[in-house]
Amino acid sequence: MKTVSKVGVAHYSALPIRSGIAIQIKNDAIALFKVTSGEVFALEDRSPHPKGGVLSEGLVSGKFVYCPVYDWKISLEDGQVQAPDQGQVKTYEVSVENDKVYITI
Amino acid sequence: MAKEKLVMIGNGMAGVRAIEEIIKIDPNRYDITIFGKEPHPNYNRIQLSTVLQGDTTVEDIILNDWKWYEDNRIKLFTGEAIVEVDTKNKIVVSNNARQVSYDKLIFATGSSPFIVPVEGVDKQGITGFRDINDCETMIKYAEDHQNAVVIGGGLLGLEAAKGLKNLGMKVSVVHLMSHLMERQLDATAAEMLKQELQQQGINFLMEKQTVEILGDDHVTGLRFKDGSETEADLIVMAVGIVPNKELASNASIPVNRGIVVNDYMETEIEGIYAIGECAEHRGIAYGLVAPLYEQAKVLAKRMVGVETEPYEGSISGTQLKVAGIDLYSAGEIEGDGATKAIRVHNEFENVYKKVLIRDNKVVGSVLYGETAESTRLFRMLTQQEDVSQMTSLSILQPAGEAEESDVASMPDDELVCGCNGVTKGTIVEAIHAQNLTTVSEVGGCTNAGRSCGRCKPMISQILEHTLGDSFDGAAQKEAVCGCTTLSRDEVVAEIKEKGLTNIREVMNVLGWKNEEGCSKCRPALNYYLGMIYADYKDERESRLVNEKMHANIQKDGTYSVIPRMYGGVTSAEDLKKLADVATKYNVPLVKLTGGQRIGLYGIKKEDLTSIWEELDMPSGYAYGKTLRTVKTCVGQRFCRYGTQDSMGLGMELEKKFERLDTPHKFKMGVSACPRNCAESGIKDIGIVGIDGGWEIYVAGNGGTDLRAGDLLYTVKTKEEVIEVSSAFLQYYRETGNYLERTSKWVERLGLDHIKKVLEDKVACQGLIERLNKTLERYNEPWKEAIENDEIKDKYYSRYQADLVTN
Repeated sequence: MKTVSKVGVAHYSALPIRSGIAIQIKNDAIALFKVTSGEVFALEDRSPHPKGGVLSEGLVSGKFVYCPVYDWKISLEDGQVQAPDQGQVKTYEVSVENDKVYITI
Repeated sequence: MAKEKLVMIGNGMAGVRAIEEIIKIDPNRYDITIFGKEPHPNYNRIQLSTVLQGDTTVEDIILNDWKWYEDNRIKLFTGEAIVEVDTKNKIVVSNNARQVSYDKLIFATGSSPFIVPVEGVDKQGITGFRDINDCETMIKYAEDHQNAVVIGGGLLGLEAAKGLKNLGMKVSVVHLMSHLMERQLDATAAEMLKQELQQQGINFLMEKQTVEILGDDHVTGLRFKDGSETEADLIVMAVGIVPNKELASNASIPVNRGIVVNDYMETEIEGIYAIGECAEHRGIAYGLVAPLYEQAKVLAKRMVGVETEPYEGSISGTQLKVAGIDLYSAGEIEGDGATKAIRVHNEFENVYKKVLIRDNKVVGSVLYGETAESTRLFRMLTQQEDVSQMTSLSILQPAGEAEESDVASMPDDELVCGCNGVTKGTIVEAIHAQNLTTVSEVGGCTNAGRSCGRCKPMISQILEHTLGDSFDGAAQKEAVCGCTTLSRDEVVAEIKEKGLTNIREVMNVLGWKNEEGCSKCRPALNYYLGMIYADYKDERESRLVNEKMHANIQKDGTYSVIPRMYGGVTSAEDLKKLADVATKYNVPLVKLTGGQRIGLYGIKKEDLTSIWEELDMPSGYAYGKTLRTVKTCVGQRFCRYGTQDSMGLGMELEKKFERLDTPHKFKMGVSACPRNCAESGIKDIGIVGIDGGWEIYVAGNGGTDLRAGDLLYTVKTKEEVIEVSSAFLQYYRETGNYLERTSKWVERLGLDHIKKVLEDKVACQGLIERLNKTLERYNEPWKEAIENDEIKDKYYSRYQADLVTN
């Protein structure tokens, strides 16, 4: 069975808005986004485009991020790539407690 | 009364066109449901090769987006195939066990690639070239495989080959016949095409019949009938297509090669129709789009009960573009004893034309390299015009005396858009009746130009001719992006008029559909605001990654660092610093760039600021929509031919204009003599020194849109060069569309118009002043990042997970 653990990764108040940050947790590269509404999302930091690339540098609009290299539009909420492209990015559960942002992996 | 239920199996070009036609006539007639096997809305299959070649994205070739289905209240099930049709109970069943009943049913199931029945075709590594999925397969293979073999030297095969070649694979085309595209080209044209493609690096294996596909689970090669073999990691089957008729045949609907239909696209079962590549009409299953669209019209009229002429089959001309070469063929290709051919073979310009004539009438034509006459020849063919009184040839006419622009003399019934069967008359009528002013509006009303797009320039000419003086080429309205219906000009006007000062405000006030815009409009608005207000505060979050980071992202997520080297001139000190940094940070690649400077590649994000600090050189902006470099030759300081100080001027220009935001990247060059070692002819502004002065060329391009620069002015002094360049740059900034290079911009506005503006003293002075004012706002971005901890933290650090402990 896979163990689930909760890892503290950042201070909520220090997170830039509409600008992703890249986080490395052991072997997982994660992109963390704080959007205009204040919500925080975590996705695997890898574009589902066959050629790959990071997502953390992408342009953020509402609850979507645009893959910086191939311009795919990806939902921050469920990782779903928007039509007409397809694919899905792994998402991680995020929680905020006392100004700390935790990711469940 | 409940509406009749119409179900269509298939969501491709022909079928959806029929639905469009139905809706056009009677939008409330049917309750429409469409099933599409692919996960996409209707897209332009003809343009798949451009996706494969990387020129466009899937999004660009969508013909009917999701919204269209919604707006027309069409239920669309994508990624869902129909597996059974119960004609007795009038129900279709999908692979998700969904059951939908119908009153009317249309088969638009299309076709599949014909898989050559040889041993080994079940191995992995074999694909067709029919849909987006096939494209994606090929793109994926190209990443880590070397050898591709395309079976079939027809149009599809050659397009696949060209695409795979562009993706970096070694490509061979296997063809059974002795010449390529034998259904469209004669031997001469086919040979010209083959030679051209060979030059582009494609290998041909002619007159080879595949008998076996080699490999264990995965293909490794092919064996031919003559015993020879060739290696392959990927095999593309492009020998032809077969209509998808099984579903119909299982439902006892009569089929032959395809689903048999009459002149009204009706099958033998009442209420069931077939259209497109799956349908067989009078023994022919058509594969080109023009006949299918004719079928769509007939079917639609039939289904809404409007009287219609029967569909009696199509004679179609094939207008193609293969690997950049224009081809056209129609009617007979080889001719017989009774035909006489007019052949023009211009080896000088690589153009070949053949017209076959029988009894004073054109019966066929093949055009290679230049197809301007295709519509006229097609008309002669279909209308059986007597050609005995016509001039057949003229050789080496002085330029300009060629036949007058054809739009004026073109008869109304001449086809403009071959794909959609739209004549000049229809277009002119639509322009008048609905006050159309742009090519895309014409497309929206008549469908002209909506398929392969090759007739768009002609539509534009017709608009120009029809509207006369009121035609404004510059006003061809195109929305900034999907978030708004406003064009660039409208947005800019609104910003100025309403005094909008930031992106958020623009989106709110102008009613943007997406609150925070998208990756197209955000950078564009950021640019326009910065263009309008000299003291605009840039919104970094609306810049795309490279400009946001002031470094160019590479495909593995690392960055490049390319410092300024003004005019391509460096020093021992700078070279030492570059070498030290490259050693210290173990930089994987150090390369001279195309712009006369040195790039460090493969830099980790978190190393960027320390590298910049150690280099202590300004950013070269090799990533930006701004001045890239001013390329110079050595010039009079050392060169025995140099008549001017090109390095000095180049450095001065680069220092003056660096960092300035422009609609797209901007390249300059200064040569000291007409030998032009700095390649000034292909720069956005290119300067060439002559005895006692400078020539200023503009709108040259050495990239995607290869174009020689136009001579703007010849001036005497360096100061004049700087003035003219400033005014030109600022006028480009103020009128260019975001992402429009000067090559396109000058063609759009016209060089004479630009000259007129620059020659207006007051206007010119204003441009220069606004430019100089704008230039004051910039800071050196690398220095800023080094000195400002907030910027450093926000953009250039990597968070470690142990930052906060649990």
